Amino acid sequence: MPPKSQLWLLATLVVAGIVSAFSGRIDPYFLDVTMGVGIAVTLAASLNLINGFTGQFSLGHAGFMAVGAYSSAVITTNFGPKLLPLVGGQVWILFPLSLVVGGLLAALAGLAVGAPSLRLKGDYLAIVTLGFGEIIKVIFQNVDAVGGARGLVGIPNYTNLFWTFGVAAVTVYVVWALLNSTYGRGFLAVADDEVAAEAMGLNPTRYKITAFVVGSFFAGVAGGLYAHLKGYLNPGGFDFNKSIEIVVMVILGGMGRHVGVILAAILLTAVQEPLRQLGDWRMILYSLLLIVLMITRPQGLFVWPLWKKKQA
Amino acid sequence: MTELLQQLINGLSLGAIYALIALGYTMVYGVLRFINFAHSDVFMIGSYVGFYLAPKLGAGSVPGGLAVLFAAMAACALLGVIIEKLAYRPLRNRSTLTVLITAIGVSLLLQNGGQKLFGPNPRAFPKLFPETQLHFGELTVSSNQLIVLAVSVFLLVMLWWIVHRTRIGTAMRALSFNATAASLVGINNDAVISFTFALGSALAGAGGILYAMNYPSIDPLMGTLPGLKAFVAAVLGGIGNLPGAALGGLLIGLVETFISGTRASTFRDAIAFAILILILLFRPAGLLGKMRVEKV
Repeated sequence: MPPKSQLWLLATLVVAGIVSAFSGRIDPYFLDVTMGVGIAVTLAASLNLINGFTGQFSLGHAGFMAVGAYSSAVITTNFGPKLLPLVGGQVWILFPLSLVVGGLLAALAGLAVGAPSLRLKGDYLAIVTLGFGEIIKVIFQNVDAVGGARGLVGIPNYTNLFWTFGVAAVTVYVVWALLNSTYGRGFLAVADDEVAAEAMGLNPTRYKITAFVVGSFFAGVAGGLYAHLKGYLNPGGFDFNKSIEIVVMVILGGMGRHVGVILAAILLTAVQEPLRQLGDWRMILYSLLLIVLMITRPQGLFVWPLWKKKQA
Repeated sequence: MTELLQQLINGLSLGAIYALIALGYTMVYGVLRFINFAHSDVFMIGSYVGFYLAPKLGAGSVPGGLAVLFAAMAACALLGVIIEKLAYRPLRNRSTLTVLITAIGVSLLLQNGGQKLFGPNPRAFPKLFPETQLHFGELTVSSNQLIVLAVSVFLLVMLWWIVHRTRIGTAMRALSFNATAASLVGINNDAVISFTFALGSALAGAGGILYAMNYPSIDPLMGTLPGLKAFVAAVLGGIGNLPGAALGGLLIGLVETFISGTRASTFRDAIAFAILILILLFRPAGLLGKMRVEKV
């Protein structure tokens, strides 16, 4: 792996840190939208590993996001007062820890869902992951300890620019590095032709589960960021439509393309803001756009010859 | 015991509606091999057609109610054919994923278009048929439940007859067996696919009317949950398999109704998916489906 990619990661982290230090001077509305963009990039890049590079079709990404969001929110909100003194009262230690725990629990959920269901293919997998997402939602609606259907309130607003963009950069880097490792080539092989990959001695199910677990981990971390950005969680916010939103980013970005998916995540999140003026017409326009794009440009919006996917 | 029978009747009438919707999913999957996500919104449109036409067609009497039912079925059949022509036909021979996303787009379009057109607030569905409560000992059966069962059974028999005893039905079965071979023996695949969409959507329209009769509050997003459960029913029975879809619908309806009667009732909506995951683990091809091995 060329050291250039690590330099990129480092540069992004430094820039995010510097900009974050001056975030007090940025317009709060703009800041809020920008952090939303960072979270969207994390979600899209992690789903891209599953849907794009490994060729699976998961419709439950919002479910994994919910697991991470609730776990990390419970840690900082309910146990925060007890845990904070243990880490010397430093939020910058507690917060990432809660994010990682949220991510790990989401990864565990990913393993629990993936291990049995990844033997299935295509449509079936889509439906199982969709079903899992709905089950997660119903469970959170019924657990009173996390507010049930009323939602979880009073989550501290720990999320800032550094964390959103730092996590987005790390996610993109990890996905990129994973795919460019010797082991990671297997993901592409499974996506290209599962039977051929198996004949070459790869274990497709293992690759699929790995992709699922890694993708779920970052979805969970993104969920944690989202929870501490909004300060409020509602199970209804993690429904089928949220999953679709992430899937659309991956599709429009061009499945299995790094830069395109990042651009699509930025574009689709940012474009929501001016579209708000259109009111009811916004979603109508959005769905029409989706249909027309799938018919005319199924390969994705940002696919020029410049970023052509390498053919094996 | 009485309560058990009571729940059985309630479950059967709910399950019959799921079965009608599930058949549409399964038929489209049979000929085109993709999940038509927009199907649940065609179901919603069916209810709204009933809502707007009921006062005009003299609902409240038996002929009036039947007229509304047929009008909704016809409107949905037309809608299904239009959707197929505009959104899915340009995508023939593209990857399943592309079609799947398009179907999600159509579904979102119908939902949001519905919110614009019909208003986002729930509406009270009018009475279509004269209503009475029938008492058998301690059992109470509403006339609506009987109508749901009678109409569903009639439609299922009709469907069976169309698929197994007519030329176009034979063509449908041929197409789902092998599309290339079907076109080689002179079947017009596009026409058969259009007909399949018309048939499936008409059943969804009927399902929409029957559902709204029993749960008389309709809104533009009402299709999502029954649609998902009906899809689960189709997979449970073995997708692409018509008797399987009917069986799956009945089972899901029964299980859901029995769960509603217990303490776990708030988990009712998750049950269908839990069943789905279990069935896919132990019998991925569904109850009546055949397992296919991918050949190279």
